[in-house]
Amino acid sequence: MAKLNTSYITFEELEEVVTLLKNISDFDLRGYTKSSLKRRIQRILDLQGMDIVDLKNAITNIDGFQNFLMNEVTVNVTEMFRDPQYFAMLRQEVFPYLATYPRLKIWSAGCSTGQEVYSLAILLEESNLYERSFIYGTDINNQVIETAKKGIYPVKKLKLYSENYHATNAPHSLADYYTAMYENAIFNQKIRNNILFSQHNLATDSAFNEFQLISCRNVLIYFDIELQKKVFDLFYESLSEFGFLCLGAKESLSHHNIMSKFKIINKEFNIYQKIK
Amino acid sequence: MLPAENIILIGGSAGSYNLILSCIESLPSVFSAAIIIVIHRNPKFITKIEETLTVRLKRSVLTARDKAIILPNNIYFATAGYHLLIEPNKTFCLDQSEPVQFSRPSIDVLFESAADAYTDKCTAILLSGANRDGTDGLQHVYHMGGEIYIQSPAEALMSTMPESAIAGNQNAKIWKNEQIISFFQKLK
Ligand SMILES: C[S@@+](CC[C@H](N)C(=O)[O-])C[C@H]1O[C@@H](n2cnc3c(N)ncnc32)[C@H](O)[C@@H]1O
Repeated sequence: MAKLNTSYITFEELEEVVTLLKNISDFDLRGYTKSSLKRRIQRILDLQGMDIVDLKNAITNIDGFQNFLMNEVTVNVTEMFRDPQYFAMLRQEVFPYLATYPRLKIWSAGCSTGQEVYSLAILLEESNLYERSFIYGTDINNQVIETAKKGIYPVKKLKLYSENYHATNAPHSLADYYTAMYENAIFNQKIRNNILFSQHNLATDSAFNEFQLISCRNVLIYFDIELQKKVFDLFYESLSEFGFLCLGAKESLSHHNIMSKFKIINKEFNIYQKIK
Repeated sequence: MLPAENIILIGGSAGSYNLILSCIESLPSVFSAAIIIVIHRNPKFITKIEETLTVRLKRSVLTARDKAIILPNNIYFATAGYHLLIEPNKTFCLDQSEPVQFSRPSIDVLFESAADAYTDKCTAILLSGANRDGTDGLQHVYHMGGEIYIQSPAEALMSTMPESAIAGNQNAKIWKNEQIISFFQKLK
């Protein structure tokens, strides 16, 4: 519905909220793109019937509100085998290289509700690499991490997921990997064995392991250039020699200085390899 | 390079493509603004509007890339499947939050963020379409001091979008197709 324009929050008000949150919580939204963040905050105000003063009060005084706010601010849309051609490319171009390692550690950063992680697990399994792999799925949003851990998705979503899966030139049927129960599809234990989900904030937390492949897709568009740079440094530090960095369809390393330490493996799908 | 000081926004949906084409075909080779276009398109059909137009017009027509600086004398299209927003520092920003008015990219989202970033240096034109995307966006452009124009519903192939916009924006000027085209012809 049309609303009065005067009810829109201003950038100054947005700044106040960001500063408040930064000062009294672990959440630091300073590096998020302002136009997008402003819409997210506006949406929360509209849904909750709050104004900016209410919001600041809630952040300060209501237990659990900071978490709620972060969960609502983040955009969590995801699907299995999102951009199927990207997954086909991983299978063809990257996995043969990964096969030369005796053990593989993989990080899906900003994994949302886990679909990307289970997709990677299936892909690795089909290339006979899953047994020697361990996948860490992390996200800032504790709610999506809980969903990811369960590995249960509504059956009605599986049609799209199956289509995507087939579009990767997959050898099997996606149904081989889950059990349907009533409205839900539960991914099999075999696929879930070598996965750990946990909360991690790319803006403030540090490196926690060394990986042969980092997948951070559709997360960096929400960050400004400076925060992107910081996160790329974190990824660089977290990658083993000749490790791979995979970004989303609209995310590229090419305008960053750190590009000089990487080689482009696939330009269209933004797959890079650390070479220095 | 410094970002464009003025921007001209075009929002169009069903029935707007040919008029958008005529507008950019009639542009002079040099103009100072950046032109930013949202046309609703289905991400499942990878329509290469930008490539087609680049060849046809013999000038580059770009896809608005995340974090790119908005440059003068350029024509940008919003990419399918993402909202296109403008940052206060005059760069593009993509986001995949919920569709607005069943649309992503949504005209409202571009117009509102553009108005915030460009205030009175922003002109918005809304064309034919079968939904009501753009109505709120035009309000905000006007509210921030920008100029707003709506295609005459009588000439629009789909009149829902302009009619909704007119109902929500008493201050908008209503333009016939030839006025819209001549606006682009005379750009400097
Ligand atoms: C659009 S989802 C992408 C999911 C998946 N990677 C994909 O491509 O389908 C973006 C995710 O990034 C997460 N995110 C946002 N800011 C973050 C931060 N500072 N640290 C870690 N994750 C973050 C969000 O919570 C959200 O789940």
